[in-house]
Amino acid sequence: MATQIFSAIFVIIIGVGGCVAYFWGANKLLDLIFPARGVSGTAAVNNLRRQGLVRPWLFVGPALIILTIYLVYPVIATLWLSFFDRGGTSFVGFANYEWALRDPDLRNAIRNNILWLAVVPAACTFLGLIIAVLTDKIWWGTIAKSLIFLPLAISFVGASVIWKFIYEYRGEGQIQIGLLNAIIQYFGGQPQVWISLPFWNNFFLMVILIWIQTGFAMVILSSALRGIPEETLEAAVIDGANPFQIFWKIMVPQIWGTIAVVWTTITILVLKVFDIVLTMTNGQWNSQVLANLMFDWMFRGGGDFGRGATIAIIIMIAVIPIMIWNIRQANKETGGH
Amino acid sequence: MAVATGNSFASRFGVHIAVLVFVVIWTIPTLGILVSSLRDKDQIIASGWWNSFASSSQTEAGRLPAASAQTQKDGKFVLEGNIFGDGAKRSISAFGVKAAAPTQYPAGTSADLGDGVTLQVNADGSFVMASPKAFEGDRGQRVYYASSAPPKFTTDNYQTVLFSEGIGRSFMNSLTVTIPATVIPILIAAFAAYALAWMRFPGRALLIAVVIGLLVVPLQMSLIPLLKLYNGVGTFFGVPSKTYLGIWLAHTGFGLPFAIYLLRSYIAGLPREIMESARIDGASDFEIFVKIVLPLSFPVLASFAIFQFLWVWNDLLVAMVFLGTAPDQIVLTAKLNALLGSRGGNWEILTTSAFITIIVPLIVFFSLQRYFVRGLLAGSVKGG
Repeated sequence: MATQIFSAIFVIIIGVGGCVAYFWGANKLLDLIFPARGVSGTAAVNNLRRQGLVRPWLFVGPALIILTIYLVYPVIATLWLSFFDRGGTSFVGFANYEWALRDPDLRNAIRNNILWLAVVPAACTFLGLIIAVLTDKIWWGTIAKSLIFLPLAISFVGASVIWKFIYEYRGEGQIQIGLLNAIIQYFGGQPQVWISLPFWNNFFLMVILIWIQTGFAMVILSSALRGIPEETLEAAVIDGANPFQIFWKIMVPQIWGTIAVVWTTITILVLKVFDIVLTMTNGQWNSQVLANLMFDWMFRGGGDFGRGATIAIIIMIAVIPIMIWNIRQANKETGGH
Repeated sequence: MAVATGNSFASRFGVHIAVLVFVVIWTIPTLGILVSSLRDKDQIIASGWWNSFASSSQTEAGRLPAASAQTQKDGKFVLEGNIFGDGAKRSISAFGVKAAAPTQYPAGTSADLGDGVTLQVNADGSFVMASPKAFEGDRGQRVYYASSAPPKFTTDNYQTVLFSEGIGRSFMNSLTVTIPATVIPILIAAFAAYALAWMRFPGRALLIAVVIGLLVVPLQMSLIPLLKLYNGVGTFFGVPSKTYLGIWLAHTGFGLPFAIYLLRSYIAGLPREIMESARIDGASDFEIFVKIVLPLSFPVLASFAIFQFLWVWNDLLVAMVFLGTAPDQIVLTAKLNALLGSRGGNWEILTTSAFITIIVPLIVFFSLQRYFVRGLLAGSVKGG
C-alpha cells in the first residue's frame, strides 16, 4: 500500500511535470527554430508568422491525441466491431443487428429504457422547477436547496444502497426495518418485495435517479428564473393574473431554453444509466436496461464484443439527435466570436 | 420574485410546509444510513432506524443449562442462572416455552409446565426452574422470551468495515485513482481551451464542434475498443492490462471534452483588452497564457476539478472495466457493489460502507459548493 501511495504521488509529479515540460519545451523549441528576436525585420516577421501557424497545434496537440485515442477512434472501432463476431475477428455482416431485433432480453431493455426516458427527465425537471419556485420565496430557501441538491454528490452505488435499505422487505407481520414497508404496514397494507415486482420495480429504480437529479434541475432552473425580468411579473400581477397563470404563462415560457437544456442533459444521463440497475437488480425481474445489458455481454462467457458493440451503437443512435441539436446551439452562440 | 403568491398568511404558510416536505423526503434516505451505521448490529435488524432512540424489543430463544447443572433444594431439583449470562443491559417482558407462544407468561411470574415443574423468568434474565423429580438428558429446556434493550450507539461498525471488510484499503485505492485523474486533465485542457478561444488557425471551428459533439458521446461507445486496446498493449509488452496508469489516462480522456468546453467558454469571455495590451508589450501566447489566463481562470479550474473529482470518485463503470477486483485495485464503489452481493443482509456493514463512500464527496460538496454550482451553470446553460 505504501508503494501504491508513493507511485500515485510520483505519477502526479511526473504527469504535471511532464505536461509543464512539454508545453514549456515545445514553446522554447519553436522560438529556437523560428527566432523572432535578433534577426532582420522581414525574417522576424516571417518567423513570427510561422510560429503563429505552428503554436496553436502545440497547444491543442496533447488534448487532440488523447481525444483521438480515447473517444474518436473507439467510436469508429465500435461501429466496425458491431459487424464482427464475438472475438472481433470474422466479419458477420448484419447478423448482430438481426439478433438485436429478435432478442427478447434486448427488447425488454429497450422497452425499459423508453420507460425511463419518459419518466425520469420529466419528473426531475418538473420537481426541480417547483422546488426552485417555492424556495425562492422563503428565507431559508438556500438551506433547503442545499439539502435537496446534496444527493447529486452521492455515487449511484451509494444511492442504491441507501434506497435498497428503504425498500428492504421482511415477511408480513414481522418488524419492518425498511422505511417504505414500515409505512405500508403501519397503515394496514401488505409489505412487498418492491424491487422484484415486475414492471413496477422499474419505477422504484427510477426514484433513485430522480432523487439524485432533481437537485441538478433545481439549481439550473432557479438561476434561469432569477434572470426573468421583474417587469414582466409585475405587469402580470397588475393585470390580475393568479399565481398559476403567472407560473405557466409568464415564467415557464421565458425559460423554455433552459428547460430544454436540463431535459436533454438528464435524457443523456438516463440513456447511460448502469450503476443503479447493476447494484439493485442486475437486470433481473424484467428491469434490464441497455447499458447494463451491454456490460453483461462484454463479459458474459468470456465476452461477446460484437453484440456488446451493437448495443453501444443502439445507445449512440438515441443520443445523436441531441448531439446535433447541441452543436447547432453552440454554433449559433459562438458564431460571432 | 416575491410576486406570485405571498399575499395571504395561508398561502405563505403553505409554501413553507411544501418546501419542508420536499426537504424531509430528500434528506431522510441519507439520514437513515447514517443513523443505522452508528447502531448496534443486533438492533438494526430488531427495529427500524427511526425507532433507534427508543428501546428496541425483540423475541429471542435460548436454552437453559442441561440436567448436570441441577442442585437440590428443599427436596426439589432446581436449575438456576441468568439467560443473558453476565453484563447484558436488557430486560425481559415476557417468556414462554413453545415457539408458537413465545410470550405466554409475563416476566416475574411462575409458569406451570406440567408434572409439577415450574419455571420463573424475571425481568433481569434470572431464572429458576424447579421440579419434584430429577432433570434428565443433556439438552436443557428451550425458552423463548421478549427482551428489550436500551438504545445503543457504537462505532464498532466503522472499525469492522474499515479494517476487516477491506473498505479502508479501497478508500486508499479510490484516492489513488481520483487525484491523478483529476489533476492530469486540467493542464492539458487549459492549453487546448486557450488555443480554441484566442488563437486563430485553420480547423478551429471544426475542432470546437468535435469537442461539443464528443461531450455527449456515451461512455459505452469507448469501452470495448479500449478494452481490446489495453489487452493488446498488455500482451505485447508482457505487462498487466489492468493498471492504475490505464485508468488515469482513461478518465483523462473521458473528462477532456467537458474540461475543454467549460474552460474554453470561460477563457473566451476574458476581456480582450488585457490580452491585447500584453501582446503589444511583446508577450508571446505562451507568456500570456501562463501569466494572465491561468491566474484569471482559477474559479473555472476549481469548478472543473470538483466535477472531475466527484465523477471519478463516484464512477463504477470505468473502474469495473479497467481495474481488477483484487484488494490492491478495487475502488470503493466496486467494493460496495461486491458487498451488496456477498453481504446482502448485513445492513450494519452495508450502511457503514455506503456512508464511508459518500463522506468524501459530501465534504467536497459542502466546502466548495459555490464553485460546484458555478461550474454546473457554466457547463449546461450555455448549450451543453
